[in-house]
Amino acid sequence: MNALEVSGVGFAYGARQALNDLAFELAPGRFGALLGPNGAGKSTLIALLTRLYDLQQGDIRIFGHSLREQPRQALRQLGVVFQQSTLDLDLSVQQNLAYHAALHGMPRSAAQARIDEELLRQDLAERRHDKVRTLNGGHRRRVEIARALLHQPRLLLLDEASAGLDPASRLALGRHVRNLCREQGLCVLWTTHLLDEIEPSDDLLILHRGARVAWGKASQFGDDLATSFARLTGDEALGRGHIREALRPNGGRGFSRELFDIVDLASKAPPIPPTDSAKEPQP
Amino acid sequence: MTAYWECLRGIVLREWLRFVLQRSRFLSALVRPLLWLLVFAAGFRAALGIAIIEPYDTYITYDTYIVPGLACMILLFNGMQGSLSMVYDREMGSMRVLLTSPLPRAFLLAAKLLATALISLLQVYAFLAIAWVYGVQPPAWGLLAALPALLLVALLLSALGLLLSNGIRQLENFAGVMNFVIFPLFFLSSALYPLWKMRESSEWLYWLCAVNPFTHAVELVRNALYLRLHVEALLICAGLTVLLTLLAVASFNPQHAALRKAG
Repeated sequence: MNALEVSGVGFAYGARQALNDLAFELAPGRFGALLGPNGAGKSTLIALLTRLYDLQQGDIRIFGHSLREQPRQALRQLGVVFQQSTLDLDLSVQQNLAYHAALHGMPRSAAQARIDEELLRQDLAERRHDKVRTLNGGHRRRVEIARALLHQPRLLLLDEASAGLDPASRLALGRHVRNLCREQGLCVLWTTHLLDEIEPSDDLLILHRGARVAWGKASQFGDDLATSFARLTGDEALGRGHIREALRPNGGRGFSRELFDIVDLASKAPPIPPTDSAKEPQP
Repeated sequence: MTAYWECLRGIVLREWLRFVLQRSRFLSALVRPLLWLLVFAAGFRAALGIAIIEPYDTYITYDTYIVPGLACMILLFNGMQGSLSMVYDREMGSMRVLLTSPLPRAFLLAAKLLATALISLLQVYAFLAIAWVYGVQPPAWGLLAALPALLLVALLLSALGLLLSNGIRQLENFAGVMNFVIFPLFFLSSALYPLWKMRESSEWLYWLCAVNPFTHAVELVRNALYLRLHVEALLICAGLTVLLTLLAVASFNPQHAALRKAG
């Protein structure tokens, strides 16, 4: 049984099609990376996966449970870290986690045991009574991961979870989540628009203008993922600086070795002003 | 069943913690009715005495008359502010956390409404305590009898707030709704003047006040405070609470807000 099965999913905001006949699946224990420029449809997919939006076309199954037919069973298997922080800044770490455990109907004693366990694992046990407002960005993300894992989901969604973090924290976060995959057998879907967050062993889905343009093991894309990405998503990606992102100091791990080719490619790309039609409404 | 209880407890506890942390919100919610009671009513006290009307046994002063209306005003403002926070939550994402719960969405929203209502009651009783010290003293048992009436009214107004927030595109539009909902509901009711007084000045204003649900809410609370049961007001408030809650829950869909934004 697959951890996640997305089949024939389409979604439109009025006349604008945000997702078009999207299909892919992830096996348990895999780290799946969903890569796409802004406006590719990533946030819409996350909104559908978390049942914020209702499915218009197709179906999504989480460990065999259809979001259409068994949404509650499906949501039980799912942990989510949203792009924007959704922690209560004025509440303590403990209070935030206890609230989430209550939302999942966990009995108090079991919830407390899980909170202790997760805080220890995230190396945050000593910060449990601190207000979230006093934590730095990296620690807040860790609290959100601890929160997402409290009810022991088998599928973890991270929607641009590294956004706003400094390079060191981004690196640490990616390493941490991959460890969870390896050690816990957790399946992860990680959305990003940054190439340097992809590793060769990841399952990689490239999304562009709501459609799947590539799907496979990241290593199949060759050493130069940046060029493949640019080719697959066209000038728009270049104009929006994704290649340049991959070339930043500390960036481009693994894939962006042929720097001269990419710099050349990026420099030839005409600057494209962002247009409203390319914007994806943020759920 | 335990899961539902734990979830409800968690949602109420979170509202409580936020309430405790936002003392300024608590104080500002108290200042508004206190100004009406200590300044507005004091001014009118000399000019207006209220004849014997239900549920009072004797002539009363104007400040005694408006206390139930002001208690309901706290609930009205809180109900609307609660829905304002729902719009904010929807935009800022904490509503998304609520909705990732595997429990039914209708239950989650009802629990949220109940939590908001319970917190509002604390503010009402703080106001009634100050009014008591000021000299407006309904029967002590009346304060207890008013509790279910106040809870029902709080739920009614929170449900109305949620229903309105479902139709609001974004935060900025809410100010208009406040002006077009709160003020008409409050002023076109029996909160500040008895309906027969209104009838003396204008028949059509009287009828507007008589059909205003807020009038029935105020009368339910007024009667309960003086140990009377206003059956008609109870039936209207209970019926409306059920109806508005069902409508609010049925129309709650963050997707609609996104589609409206995109459109």
